[in-house]
Amino acid sequence: MRNTTDRQTIENKLERILIQVQKPGRYVGGEYNQIVKSWDSVKTHVALAFPDIYDIGISNLGMAILYEIVNQRDDVLLERVYSPWVDMETLMRKEQIPLFSIESKTPIRFFDILGISLPYETLYTNALNLLDLAGIPLRSSERTPKYPLVIAGGQAVFNPEPMAEFIDAFVIGEGEDAIIEVINLYQEWKQSKTSRQHLLEMLSTLSGVYVPSLYQPSYNQDGTLQALVKHHPDAPDRVLKRFCPRLPSPPTRFLVPNIDVVHNRVSIEIMRGCSRGCRFCHAGMVNRPVRERPVDEIIRSIILALEHTGFEEIALLSLSSSDYSQILDLVDQIQQHFLQSHLKISLPSLRIETFSVGLMDKIAKSRPGGFTLAPEAATERMRNIINKPISTEQLIHTAGEVYRRGWKTLKLYFLIGQPNEQIEDVKAIADLCKNVLYEGRKHLGRKAELHIGISTFVPKPHTPFQWASCNTEDQIQEKQKLLLNELRNPGIKVTWTSPAETMLESWLTRGDRRMGNVIYQAWNNGARFDAWQDRFDLNAWSTAFQQTGLSPHFYTHRLRSDNEVFPWDHIHIGVTKSHLLKEFKKSLNGVLTPNCAEHCSGCGILHEFGTIRRDHPGNYWKCPELTA
Amino acid sequence: MTEIPTMFRFRIFYAKNEALRYTGNLDVHRIWERSFRRAKLPLAYTQGFNKQPRINQALPLPLGFTSQAEIIDFWLEQWLTPNDILQVLQTALPAGISIHEIKPVHLNETALQNRIKEAEYLVSFLEAIPLSKLRDDISILLAQPCLIRVRREKEYNLRPLIKDIFSIGMNEDAYPYFYTLLTAQPNATGRPDEIVAALGYEPFLARYKRTKIIFSD
Repeated sequence: MRNTTDRQTIENKLERILIQVQKPGRYVGGEYNQIVKSWDSVKTHVALAFPDIYDIGISNLGMAILYEIVNQRDDVLLERVYSPWVDMETLMRKEQIPLFSIESKTPIRFFDILGISLPYETLYTNALNLLDLAGIPLRSSERTPKYPLVIAGGQAVFNPEPMAEFIDAFVIGEGEDAIIEVINLYQEWKQSKTSRQHLLEMLSTLSGVYVPSLYQPSYNQDGTLQALVKHHPDAPDRVLKRFCPRLPSPPTRFLVPNIDVVHNRVSIEIMRGCSRGCRFCHAGMVNRPVRERPVDEIIRSIILALEHTGFEEIALLSLSSSDYSQILDLVDQIQQHFLQSHLKISLPSLRIETFSVGLMDKIAKSRPGGFTLAPEAATERMRNIINKPISTEQLIHTAGEVYRRGWKTLKLYFLIGQPNEQIEDVKAIADLCKNVLYEGRKHLGRKAELHIGISTFVPKPHTPFQWASCNTEDQIQEKQKLLLNELRNPGIKVTWTSPAETMLESWLTRGDRRMGNVIYQAWNNGARFDAWQDRFDLNAWSTAFQQTGLSPHFYTHRLRSDNEVFPWDHIHIGVTKSHLLKEFKKSLNGVLTPNCAEHCSGCGILHEFGTIRRDHPGNYWKCPELTA
Repeated sequence: MTEIPTMFRFRIFYAKNEALRYTGNLDVHRIWERSFRRAKLPLAYTQGFNKQPRINQALPLPLGFTSQAEIIDFWLEQWLTPNDILQVLQTALPAGISIHEIKPVHLNETALQNRIKEAEYLVSFLEAIPLSKLRDDISILLAQPCLIRVRREKEYNLRPLIKDIFSIGMNEDAYPYFYTLLTAQPNATGRPDEIVAALGYEPFLARYKRTKIIFSD
């Protein structure tokens, strides 16, 4: 058999090269809970790729969810693959080892379907590199039927256009149900023995699936998009995202890595979506509606997951833990069930109020990691612009409570560069931090520490700020310099994002289909692991822009007009463009929008998904009830 | 005074196989912790601020090696028969660990790592090398009074660490192998891949398996 000899050859070569690379355990699998099926026992073979190293991909919750769901089917196997680190890539190319799956060491090009997870834009060059290492033509148009169907999903593909040339079909939104439908349809197609083109056309009729090759963009004189026109009658005019009306049972058989990785833990989502409406936040817009998981299901899942894994840490995930309506009950039950065991429990994304400190106090026996809060801005003016209202007094009070209860380190996250930000708003961040540390010293003296994380705002598609311009590198540098100067203090540690990395993210996130060429050239110029500070190569990207004749400024620093057609307008998240524009205008006037758990602002979700809401009544879904 | 809870000490003799070849000692430690937890065994924890499960490994195994002679000690808060422990552990272990034997050990017995004298390894080449040439290379090597090598930027003498090289042979693919006995004490631990390098071969052209751990008493 072709596959068997290939597998044997790969194993023989690995025997010699693995001992020469860093952390060879990244490439061998064998984790507790790994699922290995016999290749010939199933009809369809799916490879699921995470385009970053094993150490990061192994704990990705999306990967864990799909791994369990797909492998539950007897007629399908799903195996994993991650990006090889640069040392391994060099040896694989030298020894001509094609990209192979972790479980069975089968070359990726022998799979029927290759799914690529794209949670953030800085993985795009890695995704191309995976295709290249697999020996799969990079461009969708160059793939013949002997190659796998290449699909992609994840938070970044809500704007699929930059990767449109390389991906056969995108799954927009939550993948739990869609992945199964894609597999079913693939099986149907395989039996029909029709062309690959026919497969793509069939896929485009699935809800939430976008087949970019069936659409053709045209551009205006000024370079903006004129229209994206479909050239196949069956393809939908707009692609509506998928989501699960009721959150399915969470995965509990997490892979337990045999080597040290970034997150060694059980992750349980307590809630999906966020009702806050912060105007810069991509996750808060694209993941609506807010859906909660019941407390008893969370507790049951934690117990099962701990039995299945033996992990020593649990993370309760959501975009805003404090907004989980049953948070007190959940924390009480966690205390009751797990406080006597030797477990570490984390509850991220807490609101800035003393209530949060009380919650953490209940679940944290020791205070190893410090306490994290994200005020984002330091003046009332900016907080109104971004729609994240917290008063300075409230923040200082909460910080004091954190230190008083024994946390020595407080971490605060800020976001500079938001629309209409003045230098005084930046200066206010420094003043606020000094006041917070002063508060800490009252309780802990010199032991009190403050860590400040300064990110730079990147306007994201499908958010109220999608029209906004991104700060220039000079502006960012000026603001960072001011903060670093002001915050030179032995009790304060500051980390920040390099302006060049912000530029890369801002080119890619609002890119159109032409950006695909830039990504291709950058990869060709050697760009890999762009998310890794020490690997990011700005030069590879600047050269790529020159080679393609595109202007990076066009994508980054341009304020868009109200009626501009965006490259992602055909992807519908349920929230309407008119609502987003209204929010943008309100931000410019400093007008707040209430939390939608308190007052529905008519973002479009209920209008778009009204039927689903009627079929799924109950308060686990945070939009108002609809009566028939 | 904190009260020290009742504890029971056990020893596991096990093999570390192919599937865990690339898992280092710290990670093996964690695999045991998690396996005990999955098996719901009542592990005893160390006292103090940072409580850790009480598990002791006898001798670190270099990355990439397999072993048929690994040993750990662990402590439980409750008495269980070795057979009961084995039963619950079997399904809780990942691929790559297979247990030979579990037995109870006296609480006061000296820590494993302080009793080790030597370790024996099987070195199997991955390429055909004439057996006569390998025999000659080994004779020459052993005849040297001193073998200065550099490891992690430090010079050391490999020769006194080699107690023996024996049973030189050939497998069915005509790939040669040999066994070696090396000292295994703090600051005097011999590595078989260092012998292969000293013989003039690439260390990654051989596989290494620990076959025995020898105690001083």
